Amino acid sequence: MTQAIDNVALLPAYLAAGTAVLVLLADLLLPRLTYAAAALGTIGVGAAAIWVGTLGTRQTFCLADGCSFVADDTGALIAVVFSALTLGVIGLSVPALRAPDGPPRGEYLFLLACSLAGGVVLGYARDLITIVVALETLTLPLYALVGFRRRAVASAEASVDFLVVSVVSSAVTLMGAALLYALTGTVHLTKLREALSGPATDGGPQGVDTSLPLVSVAAVLVLVGIAFKIAAVPFHAWAPATYEGAPLPVAAYLSTASKVGGVIALLAVALGGLRPILDGTAGVLFAVVAVATMTVGNLAALRQTRMVRLLAFSSIAQAGYLLAPLGVFVYATGNIGDTANTVMTAVLAYTVFYVLLEITVFGVLIAVRGGAQGGPISEYAGLARRSPILAGVFVLALAGLAGLPPGLAGLFAKVTVVDALLKGNAVWIAVAVAVNAVIGLVYYVRVASVVVRGGTPEQAARVPWPVGLVLAAATIAALVAGVAPQWVLAAVG
Amino acid sequence: MNALLIAVVAVPALGAGAAAVLGYLKKERAAAIAGTAFAALGLVLAALLALDHSGAPWSRVRTEWVPLLHLDFDLGVDGVSYPLVVLSGLLTLLCCAFTVWKKTDRPHLLIALLLIVDAGMLGVFLSLNLVLFFVFFEVVLLPMFAIIAGWGGANRRHAAVKFALYTLLGSLLLLVGIFVVVTGAETGDIIAITASGGGGLSRNTQLLAFVLLAVGLAIKAPLWPLHSWLPDAHTEAPTVGSVILAGVLLKMGTYGLIRVAVGVAPEGASRAALVLGVLAVVAILVAGLVCLAQTELKRLIAYSSVGHMGFVLLGIATLTPAGLTAALLGNIAHGLITGLLFFLAGAVKDRAHTGELARLGGLREVAPGLSGLLGFTALASLGLPGLAGFWGEAFAVYAAIQRHQALWTVLAVLAAIGAALAAAYLLRMLRLVTHGGTGEAVAAIARPGLARYEWASYTPLAAGALVLGLAPFLVQAPIAEAVTGILQAVAR
Repeated sequence: MTQAIDNVALLPAYLAAGTAVLVLLADLLLPRLTYAAAALGTIGVGAAAIWVGTLGTRQTFCLADGCSFVADDTGALIAVVFSALTLGVIGLSVPALRAPDGPPRGEYLFLLACSLAGGVVLGYARDLITIVVALETLTLPLYALVGFRRRAVASAEASVDFLVVSVVSSAVTLMGAALLYALTGTVHLTKLREALSGPATDGGPQGVDTSLPLVSVAAVLVLVGIAFKIAAVPFHAWAPATYEGAPLPVAAYLSTASKVGGVIALLAVALGGLRPILDGTAGVLFAVVAVATMTVGNLAALRQTRMVRLLAFSSIAQAGYLLAPLGVFVYATGNIGDTANTVMTAVLAYTVFYVLLEITVFGVLIAVRGGAQGGPISEYAGLARRSPILAGVFVLALAGLAGLPPGLAGLFAKVTVVDALLKGNAVWIAVAVAVNAVIGLVYYVRVASVVVRGGTPEQAARVPWPVGLVLAAATIAALVAGVAPQWVLAAVG
Repeated sequence: MNALLIAVVAVPALGAGAAAVLGYLKKERAAAIAGTAFAALGLVLAALLALDHSGAPWSRVRTEWVPLLHLDFDLGVDGVSYPLVVLSGLLTLLCCAFTVWKKTDRPHLLIALLLIVDAGMLGVFLSLNLVLFFVFFEVVLLPMFAIIAGWGGANRRHAAVKFALYTLLGSLLLLVGIFVVVTGAETGDIIAITASGGGGLSRNTQLLAFVLLAVGLAIKAPLWPLHSWLPDAHTEAPTVGSVILAGVLLKMGTYGLIRVAVGVAPEGASRAALVLGVLAVVAILVAGLVCLAQTELKRLIAYSSVGHMGFVLLGIATLTPAGLTAALLGNIAHGLITGLLFFLAGAVKDRAHTGELARLGGLREVAPGLSGLLGFTALASLGLPGLAGFWGEAFAVYAAIQRHQALWTVLAVLAAIGAALAAAYLLRMLRLVTHGGTGEAVAAIARPGLARYEWASYTPLAAGALVLGLAPFLVQAPIAEAVTGILQAVAR
């Protein structure tokens, strides 16, 4: 059977893969242009995604069951988010790549571009297999990137940790996908949704008896595998060691782009394919995982003395807030479609707000530390005297992660989540989010106080311009998202 | 008038920006003075809001902000909020001026933070949208934390963190309560929800909303047993921090209870009123007893705040026009009097380098001016008729008796006993501080006289306490009118 392939729809993915090749060639032939190739290629991917987005919904790789690749507005938005994040991380990588024992530039940027290709495809993927492959393409280069600090044992250990956990989680997801295929005979999300809606009434495909235990097992396996990628409890243990061992810009990528990938996959599978079986039980599962994730992340973060480990636990806690809206399925009755839309909007909006703040935090770390690792928190004392602007941005972003003004983006992130939870009558989850936000404030405030304490007004090291540019852009984006959150909500809605 | 409403909130915020920028350019003196000038302009603009007081609310400005979250930029002023708006402007100006003239570390930063707190408080008092109310409520938290942690006493870090955590817990419960209402009523418009008697929420949902809102706001007020952050914060905060904290910040809680909790969940309020009343009376009595045993000046005043706010909460709990009016009068009086008490306690501590009552004593011999002012303020605080403190407390007790129910009468009697306790502990404080033999710390005072800037900061508050005591009708009439609007749904 031949398939018509819509090459226009695939353009962003082609460009992402092309960028990877271009970077390798540039590093070989014109080493001075490696950065330019990586940056321009990434910008090209974003531009192409926007252009394709304006053409309306286009689909390709279609079978009778449905299409595997659908270029719609959401997909375009995700591709733009990934290319913006990749571009940001390229800028933030400059000091690490300049360091004497830093990673090799060409390979590093090549791997980053490969990961971007995975992210771009993920946004457009509409069947379980494509989703898993895209997610793996996004993650696979990261094993190498995490281990790129030469002569650093921690880096190698982090890489192995990450590799093992990630491979296991992918295997679990694939197992679940295989079971779902065995049950329903399809991997396409739309078809899966029909099949799981129970025995067909309109002569459609054969329905599946959703009371079968196997259905639940399959669904749980798929979701658990994806939960690994988001570092949700109880699959969170890899994150702190991996973040701490990786070069700083790679940690930034892990806590933003990689997490976005997990969220997208989770939403696509849970709300796209498995929607009919999202009942009370699934809701309880999500609610428990979300509350456990935020609580464990926050409590563990309280005890951290190293900056990156603290941020790793903080990002685990943030994953908990992010998953919380899915808990409303506990009380979902009647028209699940409205609930699903509210949840989708809330989770995506939270993700966008969070990513903006997180990349800003890492931007400041890199501006302060250069090519070095994050180090202990105490080494940041006196930053406010040395470089008041960096300290101001840092406090702004930390306040945002705590959900407080002046970090209005973070405030609206929390408000969005609470709003979604109360639309679904899940008052207790909202109270859990509230209590956790209070615990979170303890360590965010501790870090912020260290920054403004002590120090002498000595000259701070110069910040390389790409880092400064990325940091400025991220800060402005976070501020704009805080003042005009309706733009974010409209974009993801 | 619309531009004026926005300017009232924007001017302090701009002042904070101006002070921060000038400070960054190393022009610290100019930054401090510019900040104070903005505070003065803010007070003038706030006062002008009363020019047009015909409508209900007097004036209002609204534009959509985030429709998906029912968040509108919706500001308005009426008799309930106007006195508090002017009070915030006045206290902020006095604190800024005080900071300019008193030797302070990094005065421009302190002034910038005071102005942000001011902008946040004004936003809280002027918000007519629930979500906007929450946003402004949160604006205040970090700057106030920084004021305590940056300029406070020896144990400031602990006190500041405690303040921040309690307050954040309160405001997040408030957030949950607000969204219980907003998702049910499908609007965030406080006036509209109040007018419809709770936006069509069921009785039980209203009770849930009221409990969440009331607990959240009671932490700020603070209501016993959620008050334990307050004494620490006050003891450690710098003088201006204590003044703002006691003078206006606590009022965000009581104002919120009236405008938001009672306003949007009237049925919930009437079902929970008795519990609130009992807690308020417990607060009055506990605070009175604790004050009798206090050994530190600022801590004593802090606990006395808990007692005074107990009267305010008792007034609110009665859910009668008289009670709510008493509560709002008590709010203003407490803002003026306790603000002044903290200024004076700061003056004593600056001179004697201690607030330990045992080491003070005989202040009237050494510093008659300071001592006289302290005596006047203590009398105002214990509710002497003719001074501001009297009206709020007397009317709260009166309103409780007017409920004509045995339990409320018991509460009224107990509250009256609490008022007697207040007289006892304040007179004890005067005996220990101003009278008696000269304490060692007082004997060591080098410059007993009050500086000109100190007189300038204290006089407006003392004058206000006197004027409000002699002519309470100045604020009582507009308050009573606005309060009936809020209580319409309760009466139904």
